[in-house]
Parts: sequence; C-alpha cells; structure tokens
Amino acid sequence: MKQTLLIILGVILLIVLVNAFYIIDETEQAIITQFGEPIGGARTEAGIFLKTPFIQKVHYLEKRILKWDGEQNQIPTQDKKFIWVDTFARWRIVDPLLFYQSVRSEIFAQSRLDDIIDGVTRDIITLNTLIEIVRDTDRELSFAIDFEADYYEEIQSEIKVGRRAIADSIFSVAKPLIEQFGIELIDVQVKRVNYIEDVRKQVYDRMSSERKKIADRYRSSGHGRAAEIIGRMERELQQIESEAYRTSQEIMGRADAEATGIYASAYNRDPGFFEFMRTLEAYKRTINDQNIMIMTTDSDFYKLMKKSGN
Amino acid sequence: MAVIDLEQRAKSFLDNRKRNIMVILLIVGLLVIIGTGLYTVDPEEVGVIQRFGKYVHTTEPGLRFKIPFGVDKLTKVKVKYVFKEEFGFRTLEVGQSATRYSQRDFSGESQMLTGDLNIADVEWIIQYQINDPIKYLFNVRDVEGTLRNLAESSMRQVVGDHSVDEVIVLTRQEIAFQTKLILQQHLEDYQTGLVIRNVNLQNVTPPLPVQPAFNEVNAALQEEERIVNEARQKYNQVIPEARGKALQIIEQAEGYAVNRVNRATGDANRFVDVWSEYNRAKTVTKKRLYLETMEEVLQKIEKIYIVDEDQSGILPLLDLEKGGS
Repeated sequence: MKQTLLIILGVILLIVLVNAFYIIDETEQAIITQFGEPIGGARTEAGIFLKTPFIQKVHYLEKRILKWDGEQNQIPTQDKKFIWVDTFARWRIVDPLLFYQSVRSEIFAQSRLDDIIDGVTRDIITLNTLIEIVRDTDRELSFAIDFEADYYEEIQSEIKVGRRAIADSIFSVAKPLIEQFGIELIDVQVKRVNYIEDVRKQVYDRMSSERKKIADRYRSSGHGRAAEIIGRMERELQQIESEAYRTSQEIMGRADAEATGIYASAYNRDPGFFEFMRTLEAYKRTINDQNIMIMTTDSDFYKLMKKSGN
Repeated sequence: MAVIDLEQRAKSFLDNRKRNIMVILLIVGLLVIIGTGLYTVDPEEVGVIQRFGKYVHTTEPGLRFKIPFGVDKLTKVKVKYVFKEEFGFRTLEVGQSATRYSQRDFSGESQMLTGDLNIADVEWIIQYQINDPIKYLFNVRDVEGTLRNLAESSMRQVVGDHSVDEVIVLTRQEIAFQTKLILQQHLEDYQTGLVIRNVNLQNVTPPLPVQPAFNEVNAALQEEERIVNEARQKYNQVIPEARGKALQIIEQAEGYAVNRVNRATGDANRFVDVWSEYNRAKTVTKKRLYLETMEEVLQKIEKIYIVDEDQSGILPLLDLEKGGS
C-alpha cells in the first residue's frame, strides 16, 4: 500500500520535472506565456531551459529566414502592356512577441505578406515601362544581324531604373509596412515576368516576321555577294583577255616591223632586181592548173616562135 | 535438519537468480545505450550534433557515439555530394543508353523575356554543394526552394539584359557566368551555406511557335553561303582558264614573231645571195631566172593559147571552147 503510493508520487514528480524543462532548437525561438500573458522577452538562444511547470507555456516560432512566394499577378505597365509578374521575398521573425501578438502564426503572416507585397508590386510596376522591368542595366545589346526593328526606339531607350532597382523599390516600400508584425523583410525579387497570353501571341508573330525579314536579308545578301564575285570575275576576264591581246599584238607588231626592216635593207640594194625577182616569185605562186593563158608571140617567152634570132 | 538445509539451499538459489536477472538487465541496458548511441558517418557527409537543441559539434566520417534518448540530435549533411537542380525540364531517369525526360510542360520556368522584348526558352541546370553545414541547417528554411527562386530571378535578370540573339547563340557562356556570380552573391547574402559549382545553359531555343521562322533564318544563311560558294566556284573555274588562254595567245604571238623574223631574214639573205651572183652576170642571170620561172609556170597551166600578135577575134574561139566542155 505504502509502496504503491510512493510509486504514484514518483511518477507525478517526474511529469512535473519533465514539464519544467523546455528545449529550443537552433532553428527556433520561443516566447513564454503565463495564462496567456507573455513573460519576459523572446528566447532566441538554443538549449535547454527551466520554466514553471504547467503554468507557463512555450510557443515556438521559426528563427531561420523564411520564404514568401507570391502568386503571379497580371499588372499593366506604365506603357499599357499587360504582363504577369511573379515575385518572391525573404523574411524573418525579428520580434517574436510582436509577431505572436499581431499575427500569431506563419500562415497569417503569409497572408499579410500577400496583401502588402502584392499591392506594392502592383503600384511600382504600373509606374514603370516594360523595358525598365525587363532590362537591368543599359548595356548595349548586340544582334546577329544589323536589323532595324519597328520597335527599335523602345528597346534602345535609355534604362533609367532597371529590374533590380524596381525590385529594390518594391522592397523599400514594403519593408516598413511589414515591420508592425515583428517581421523583417529581407528582400524582394522579381522571379518571372511574362506577357499575358494575347500579347505573347503578338510577340510570337512579330518575332516570326522579324526572322523572315532577316532570312530575306541573308538571301539577298547572298545574291549580292555572288553578283559581286561574278562582276569581279567578268572584269578580270576582260582585263586578262585584252591584256593578252595587247601583248600579242605588240609582239607581232614588233616582229612585223623587224621583218619589214630586214626586207627593206636587203631589197633596197637593188629595187629593180627585187621587182624582177618578186614578180617571178608571184608568177610561181599565183598561176596554177586552173588558169588558161593567152600569150602572144610577141612576148619574151614565145617571141622565138615568130622570129628566131635577134 | 535436512529440511532446513533444503530451505536454505532454495533461498540461496532464489538470491542467485535475482542477482542474475539484475546483471542481465544491466547488460541489456548498456547494450541499448550503446546500440542507440552509435552511428556511422559516411565518407561524403558530416554529422551535426545538437545537445538539447543547441549545436555542439560536427563529426567527421567514421563510427561515432552520441548520447541517446533525445539528448543528442544527429543530422547528417552531404558536404561532398554535388547536387543538381534543373530548370525548364526534369530528368526522370538516367538510363544506360538513353536518359528519360519528363513530358510535362515546364515553360513557366524556361520562358523568359529578353532585352529586346522577345521571348526565349532557356533550359539550364545548376550544380551546387553544401560547403557550410551549420549555415545550411540553421539559417534558412527550405534552402532548395530558396535556391530555385534565386536561380530563376538571377537568370532572368541576366537574360533580360541580353538580346534574343545573344541568349540563343552569341553569348551563352557569358550569360551562364554572370548568372553564377549573381546567384552566388545572393546565396552568400542569405548565408545559405551553399556554393555554386556550375551554371550551365542546356537547350536554349526560341519559343515553339517561332522556331520555324528561326529555322528559316538558318536555311537562308546556308543558302547565302551556297550562292556565294557557287559564284566563287565559277570564278575559280573561269579566271585560271582565262589566264592560261592569255598565256597561250602571248606564246602564239611570240611564235609568230620568231617565225616572221626568221622568214624575213631567210628571204633577205636569199635575195642578197642571189643578187650578188646576179651582179656578176646580170643579163644571163636575168634571162635564166625568167625562163626557168616561165618553164615552171607554164607547165602547171591547164591550157595555153599562143596567139599571133596581129590576130584578132580570139574571144569567140574561147567561148566555143567553153561551151563544148
């Protein structure tokens, strides 16, 4: 009987003892409440600690950096383009007591963040043009081919803000609004930006027609370059042929002149004899078996037929 | 006497049994403590030990001991392992012959706006390691989710600053490199304990509806090359041939020249030779040359009419002759 009582007492003591301790993990922080009233500040140190059993309650809160991942929102830009914007943010519970009092749990905190960040995102995006949201710096873009796009002016416009700065301004507007919940907003980033379905189709069409123009450009440039090569070929051909003609004529001319000189210097010694010889030569060459000749007996050759001697 | 002895023996036997049970219990208890306290750390990982929630130390690979019963908490972290995250596609299974990819649509991840307000589909991977297990475990909840979000925003930030041509063809490596730098900076700002080993662009393509037009550009580029090559080919055929022909014409002219001069020289020399002989006996030589020529010429002639000088009316005769033949 006495023994049973001792055992029961021991068990109760053990339960009380266990309830007097609480453990905080490295990833957690905690606040202690007594009948709902917070006692002391936040416990951010990890380890094992003592409390008044049963009377004091431990509420654990996350100590690590948490993520907020927003739904994508359809927002018009300042230049009236409708885009989907998807943002995300990091936050941390920096004032557990305030957090516990104002939002109580992470789920409620997330919905507060939804309200604030989505609203601020919408405000800031509508103040900026699409190109400012897409681009980050005003680095010069390069293209596969020099191409004057119809919207060239838009994409060449000077980038005054840029994506990172827009995200930063969403962050700096949202941060103070969130402090009241004991939450420190660490940053806001733009995860995705995309055209809405209708605009996307238009962009596809524009990209296609742009590429077709580029293809045409390549083709005509091919024809142009080919024509240039053929033109050069024809010019060189003319040059080569005419130079050859000129050179050959000059060579032949010089030879003709030389030959003429040679003939002249020889025949000049006796022009009469030359004429005689050359005439005889011409007879030999020009008279053939097709000829019929009528000669009188008066000719030198036949004169003997009429009259010998003399 | 005998009875008492028996009783005593039974009592000592019971005492012994009690002691034995105690010993056994003690041994079993020890075994349980050792059994639940022992753990191994594999070569690619480290063990992080928290005592009552507080970090105490990190253990290296090998057989280790911790205090059981919830006092020491062990978390193993693979610090040597290289993890991979895929964007825009998912590998389902790495087979020996072919890797299988998920058929699901991940265009939300891959589709991004380029700096010239076009759209590109960018698939990429990042490889990373946990280089600080303490930061990895205690600083950020859902490190992988954070990494994925940051990877997407970093990649889009870089792609948004490049033209679609640059993204698809011109500066792929630069884009991967810049993304890696930005991403690593973010991871350090958040103290995630992760280090990026590699950012690699995989398939980077224009969106599906635009691909035919992009292919047309490639085809046009090849066509351009083909047209130009054909012209070059023609050029290379025609010009060397023309040069050869030009050389031929010049050589022929040279041949003509040599021929002409040689002949002239020959003719002249012959004339001079004959003439110098002729000078010795002018009349005879002249007669002889004349007669020899006439002899030769008249032999070749088909018909010869020798007419008296006083004779006239020879023409009708000739006509008659012609008509008869």
